[in-house]
Amino acid sequence: MAEITTKPRPKPFSIPRQPMPEQPPSVRVNNFNEVPYGFTADLAVLEAQRCIQCKNPACVKGCPVSVQIPEFIDLVAKGKFAEAAKKIKETNALPAVCGRVCPQEEQCEAPCVLGKKGEPVAIGRLERFVADYERVTGNVEIPKPGTPTGKKVAIVGGGPAGLTVAGDLIQFGHDVTIFEALHKAGGVLMYGIPEFRLPKDIVQAEIEYIQKCGAKLECDVVIGKTITVDELLEEEGFDAVFIGTGAGLPYFMNIPGENLIGVYSANEYLTRANLMKAYDFPTSDTPLSKVNNVAVVGGGNVAMDAARTAKRMGAENVYVIYRRSKKEMPARIEEIHHAEEEGIDFRLLNNPLQFIGNEDGWVTEVECEKMELGEPDASGRRRPVPIKGSEYKLPIDVVIMSIGNGANPLVPATTPGLDTNKWGNILADQETGKTSKKGVFAGGDIVIGAATVILAMGAGRKAAAAMNDYLLTGNW
Amino acid sequence: MFPIVESREIAKNVFFQKIQAPRIAKKRKAGQFLIIRKGEGGERIPLTIVDSDPIGGTVTIIYQVVGKSTAELSKMKAGEELQDVVGPLGLATHIENFGTVVCVCGGIGTAPLLPIATSIKNAGNKLVSIIGARNKELLILEDEMKAISDELIVTTDDGSYAKKGFVTTALQEMIDAKVKIDLVIAIGPVPMMRAVSEVTRPHGLKTMVSLNPIMVDATGMCGACRVTVGGEVKFVCVDGPEFDGHLVDFKELTMRNRAYLREEKVAMEKYEHKDGKCMGGSN
Repeated sequence: MAEITTKPRPKPFSIPRQPMPEQPPSVRVNNFNEVPYGFTADLAVLEAQRCIQCKNPACVKGCPVSVQIPEFIDLVAKGKFAEAAKKIKETNALPAVCGRVCPQEEQCEAPCVLGKKGEPVAIGRLERFVADYERVTGNVEIPKPGTPTGKKVAIVGGGPAGLTVAGDLIQFGHDVTIFEALHKAGGVLMYGIPEFRLPKDIVQAEIEYIQKCGAKLECDVVIGKTITVDELLEEEGFDAVFIGTGAGLPYFMNIPGENLIGVYSANEYLTRANLMKAYDFPTSDTPLSKVNNVAVVGGGNVAMDAARTAKRMGAENVYVIYRRSKKEMPARIEEIHHAEEEGIDFRLLNNPLQFIGNEDGWVTEVECEKMELGEPDASGRRRPVPIKGSEYKLPIDVVIMSIGNGANPLVPATTPGLDTNKWGNILADQETGKTSKKGVFAGGDIVIGAATVILAMGAGRKAAAAMNDYLLTGNW
Repeated sequence: MFPIVESREIAKNVFFQKIQAPRIAKKRKAGQFLIIRKGEGGERIPLTIVDSDPIGGTVTIIYQVVGKSTAELSKMKAGEELQDVVGPLGLATHIENFGTVVCVCGGIGTAPLLPIATSIKNAGNKLVSIIGARNKELLILEDEMKAISDELIVTTDDGSYAKKGFVTTALQEMIDAKVKIDLVIAIGPVPMMRAVSEVTRPHGLKTMVSLNPIMVDATGMCGACRVTVGGEVKFVCVDGPEFDGHLVDFKELTMRNRAYLREEKVAMEKYEHKDGKCMGGSN
């Protein structure tokens, strides 16, 4: 990818939003390669030229980490891709990740002026292009860490929140160690989001970037088991701790047959496929049964990831069973669209009642009932109501429960003085991440419940600023 | 990286390894386990910590070769390094002075029970141990159990050594002889733990068992290890591994443990083929 010379700018409104080339559905269902190829340099410049450079950019306000969007897009429009990457990294340590998995349509792109009359600037695709350009050309610039403060910070969990905190605190000059429970850092980026949506070598490169910036990483350390938070503070000499352990406790429906063989949590199914590379079995050692009929229960992004993974694992029929209608699905429209293109069979307004198994304990059928939408419930969405007598059975070999995750209790249960709410989420100030325990901050899914990568990063950004204050002043 | 400092075969297909893992060695209590991953592409395998040396920084594992991953692990010699060792995981055994405790071990189950029995003895209990194996060749840790037990009963299924019969027979005899028992702890293959629980159930004898289901992350994240205990779903990795044997749904556990038999066979065949000889795995 060479930097290209740009032609005189055409009028922004004359250019349509540029589509991103991608693998055709019939091809991609047979591989785990990334679905979109990304913008070419030409497409990126053309798309960047659509930006009208608002004086008061609403897009930046829509970004949880306040990426300087018009500035970086202007650099792209001028063909200065490396500089554009540097501009993004001023406020976002993981642009290649965010360019792929952020729900831009609800954040930066939602308030885009161009979107009022036509389509918004493809900010996410441009961010992705710029980050990829920098990585592929090998021109990743490592910023100098801040002047050493002599303060030591422990970060619990190497996911999006923790990595963001690490990136920021290094720049402030603190000595940062990330403790990761699994054998690879990245959290949900590594175990949850599939290869075809977020290639693992890209995640690895972003983690290595943060390490090159100066953060230390220790995998295989389960805080709460291997070391406690109190020991970090009292024995290991850390001055502050950030807890970003995520939402790692899968929910089940508590309906009959959920413990039959072949019924997985989405966490297990995706961890086997992504982190443990079960699609490469027996070359890699962790297996995942190859079956023909898979039912995914749930309607979020994780459900879409699970369904599309099951398709690539060779299933002929993959059903998404969701009790509300398409309008209420929490998944991104783009993900639903990709799943539809890949032949996922959406059983909307359907609710599983039980799973039925054979004598060996394998699941063989799901019994569902059909639903209709009634009055709005507490979430503001119309409540699904069962239709009497609509029960039917669907033959299946595997079920993937994707109905959400709660807070993993390992850290709160072993940290005296750390308050949680009734669901086990750590109570932390929204603006600072401060918890009930002095020196301990928290952010991301462990605080707000299962949400998005970028919200976790936004919480990390705020917590890092507050931690810096605390470390420098000692004021709690 | 975690160096192996000692490695040897202590019975047919049963291996003893000591691993340098200072943080785990310092923290670990009886009843807890660890996860080992040999290297890139490897499985995460849960194994009970049999012993630890907080000063020397080592942990000891004893395991039977049952598939590709354990076969590969058993080939590793002192000086070689494991990529990942995580722990100590699970809840520690609840130890107090109960009175008289009978520890019942089946086959490889003697290894995870040894540290628990040691703690039980150290807490002032009268310790009666029953250890059994299919035959003499498979009997492990007899001397170690003898050293800590007030009384030791050894059984072999085929009578090739000591008393012929099952551990349950020996336990039933104790119950019939009206020996006062305050707690039974049973660790071994699932059918054996189930059988022990059935022997003690009619007498209302509290019986703890330690479960070893399929796990992936072993930190409560995946739910692969879920088991029904007293009608409630529990995750063995964080809620266990020990549960009341009278409440465990052993039938479900047995079925769930068979989830990947076909894949395990494929992996083993490929491994043996590549290795050019038979490893003699037991299932």
